Amino acid sequence: MSDSTPAFEMRNITKRFPGVLANDRVTFVGEKGEIHALLGENGAGKSTLMNVLSGLYHADSGELFIDGRRVRFNSPGDAIAAGVGMVHQHFMLVPVQTVAENVILGQQDVGFVLDTAKIEAEVRRIGERYGLPVDPRAYIWQLSVGEQQRVEIIKMLYRGAQILILDEPTAVLTPQETEGFFHTLEEMKAEGKTIVFISHKLDEVLSIADRITVLRQGKHIATVPAAGMTKPELASLMVGREVLFHIETPAIEPGEPRLILRDVEALDNKRLPALRKLSLTVRSGEIVGVAGVAGNGQRELAEAICGMRPITGGSIEVTGDNVTGAPPIIMIEAGIAYVPADRSAMGSAPNLSVAENLALKSYRIPPIGGRWFMNRRTMREQAEALIQAYDIATPSADTPSRKLSGGNLQKLILARELSSRPQVIIAAYPTRGLDIGATENVRNLLVDARNQGAAILLISEDLDEVFALSDRIDVIYEGEIVGHVSREEADRETVGLMMAGERVTKSASNAES
Amino acid sequence: MSVQSPPQPPPQTSTRTRLRLERRMEQPRWLNILAPFILIIAALLVGALLLSLTGSDPWLIYRRMASVAYGSKYGWSDTTIKATPLILASLGVSIAFRMRLWNIGAEGQLYMGAFLATGVALNVVPPESPMWLMLLTMGVAGFIGGAIWGFIPGLLKAKLNVNEIITTLMLNYVAILWNNYFIYGPWSERGFGLTPQFPRNAWMPRFTDYATAVPALRGVTAHFGIFLAFFLAIVLWVVWRWTKWGFEVSIIGDNPQAARYAGINLSRKIMVVMALSGGLAGLAGMVEVSGVVHRLQERFSPGYGFTAIIVAWLAKLNPLAIIVVSYLFAGLLVGADEIQPAGIAQLLQGVILFVVVGGDMMLRYRLRVTH
Repeated sequence: MSDSTPAFEMRNITKRFPGVLANDRVTFVGEKGEIHALLGENGAGKSTLMNVLSGLYHADSGELFIDGRRVRFNSPGDAIAAGVGMVHQHFMLVPVQTVAENVILGQQDVGFVLDTAKIEAEVRRIGERYGLPVDPRAYIWQLSVGEQQRVEIIKMLYRGAQILILDEPTAVLTPQETEGFFHTLEEMKAEGKTIVFISHKLDEVLSIADRITVLRQGKHIATVPAAGMTKPELASLMVGREVLFHIETPAIEPGEPRLILRDVEALDNKRLPALRKLSLTVRSGEIVGVAGVAGNGQRELAEAICGMRPITGGSIEVTGDNVTGAPPIIMIEAGIAYVPADRSAMGSAPNLSVAENLALKSYRIPPIGGRWFMNRRTMREQAEALIQAYDIATPSADTPSRKLSGGNLQKLILARELSSRPQVIIAAYPTRGLDIGATENVRNLLVDARNQGAAILLISEDLDEVFALSDRIDVIYEGEIVGHVSREEADRETVGLMMAGERVTKSASNAES
Repeated sequence: MSVQSPPQPPPQTSTRTRLRLERRMEQPRWLNILAPFILIIAALLVGALLLSLTGSDPWLIYRRMASVAYGSKYGWSDTTIKATPLILASLGVSIAFRMRLWNIGAEGQLYMGAFLATGVALNVVPPESPMWLMLLTMGVAGFIGGAIWGFIPGLLKAKLNVNEIITTLMLNYVAILWNNYFIYGPWSERGFGLTPQFPRNAWMPRFTDYATAVPALRGVTAHFGIFLAFFLAIVLWVVWRWTKWGFEVSIIGDNPQAARYAGINLSRKIMVVMALSGGLAGLAGMVEVSGVVHRLQERFSPGYGFTAIIVAWLAKLNPLAIIVVSYLFAGLLVGADEIQPAGIAQLLQGVILFVVVGGDMMLRYRLRVTH
């Protein structure tokens, strides 16, 4: 492409929400044929900026140019018509429709009678062209998360997107899938398309991006070529200070087994087997990481342990007591704390106050709960103390929890769960979507709890996290534990292969690390 | 380099002016408090428009209604009579609404409460027993009657996830027909659609009964059921504000998943809440037959159970606000009795609900003009 007009140019974009300046005169330019990473902590204004570019929000001031022409988007439809497509973190697909049907969803010009064969052929062609293999006739609910992501991308390409915005696309992929995905990005780049890549994973950003733009607190901090940058440099640009990547996990001898699962079986929401004779043990003072691609039974595993999902076979033992099939309240009383994967859908009641959310479990027992009444003053005092101790940024203890940022909501949940001094902690994706600062914080809290003797089951698909925190790693695939590795002998390749379902025997795994 | 537009048709972005609804990030507190009043005034204005279309003078009608309902102690008495069952039934539905259970069966629950209270008064407690025993038994029976009618949809919801909107609505008709069977059949007085009158000790005491001691009360036919209504409103206010039970209900109402996660037994709570909700509506039926009608008869309720839904909603489920709003709607009913054309009360109720629901959305969203 000899054309040197930028693919898009956002000039001095300002977007204000009540009480927050989400974007403060941000300028952001994407060239044709480049992969441009957008980095920043949560609340730095990345999503807002991209929502302006994709037509979801309207900037308060500033200008937007697509291919040199000034444009105003009033809806995502306008943006798509101008060649801007966004793949959101949460996919927007209709599960009961096929891939092809989802691709044309919302298209105006398909006519009354669908030419299914033509659409399918086109979907297949796009898939082959960019290395996005997916069966156009498959139903969305039959697809893995990685495949669904391909559908989202195909959808945008089908609509002629020249500028593709990807919001944390690798969060749902195995290391192997990620590699394939990067090839796709390279293909698109070679065609002169512009890719905006939002990610928290600095390694990835450095390996795939051409240029990197960093936002902090709504402001543009820097736009730099990726070549020559290092991880610590990027991190300090994002956070505004030095960041430690290494977390101290002092060697301690694990104590007695606190959580024992034997041959546990459970069904998923579609009533299909999700856990198949799954066994694992977590001892006092150790973190056991469960690594796996999302959707292989992690959610069901966590819910089964916490009593929120009935188990259809096997047994669960907590601190020596058999609690198989017990309801959540028994599990809570047995000393299980649960940091759920979905902070807002399960972990908190969004319209209740921060104080009430902190007391979501402790309202029953003294000093807050009496026989019938609850002492709201004590509740509030405890909340103030927890807000201090866990450094939760909130205007007050009475603020509805929905107004907290993701990182602060997670701190709230950890404060609630850890302050009860639990015997066992189930932490599902505890740092998903959190920025570097908050991630560091959450990980330190978990390691502290471990050092004080808690038994921690860490469920995560982020291998960096599993490797950084775990004393032992169990790999889950299709509801089974398909491999165990200790921290010393763990290497990414082996674990990655196991996550993809390959059974790797211990002897075959090399312990070089 | 240059960003001059080439001479091409503009890209497909609209330059038309558009109206868009945008969700408000925050609702100002003053707006929340003022909202019901603004909405009611708006509703009265819309009502006035409709009234003037019928050729009447809305101002005159409103003034007349207000003076009938609130202009004298007899007006207040009549308004209180209608407010009493309305408060109780509204408190009832508000309990379920707090948990996002849409109990729209208060009318049926009210009828079942009246039915069981009547059964006790006529057939169980001997007529010569003391009044406190009679009224207490009737009250318990009325509560149980409504509670059973609320419990059935609760059970179905909790165990089989049956939609409570459908079941509570349908059970209204069952309850009314069930009553009709008894008042035309086994309990009928000479085949008319009513039962024999209750013995005197089953009559809820009225203010006018004490006119010999306090002459000013003469003709004030409102009964002591209003004390029960006030008392229960205060109890509920305390429950929501200060008890563990009330806290659990508010967690479930906000996020059932989080409630389950916090160890709350959802299905038991659904059944208990639906039973309590129906029980209060049942009490409304009991005080109406005991305090006003003194027998069970066809259509003794002018739709209190349905109006209660509007009242609870307008009061934002706040028990104390329910008292105020109930008095407003009761005044509307009393005032409209005196006014032509008939049916104005229902018309205004409908308009108020309409404006409230629509207006509520305008409070959560705001209109934005883009171009």
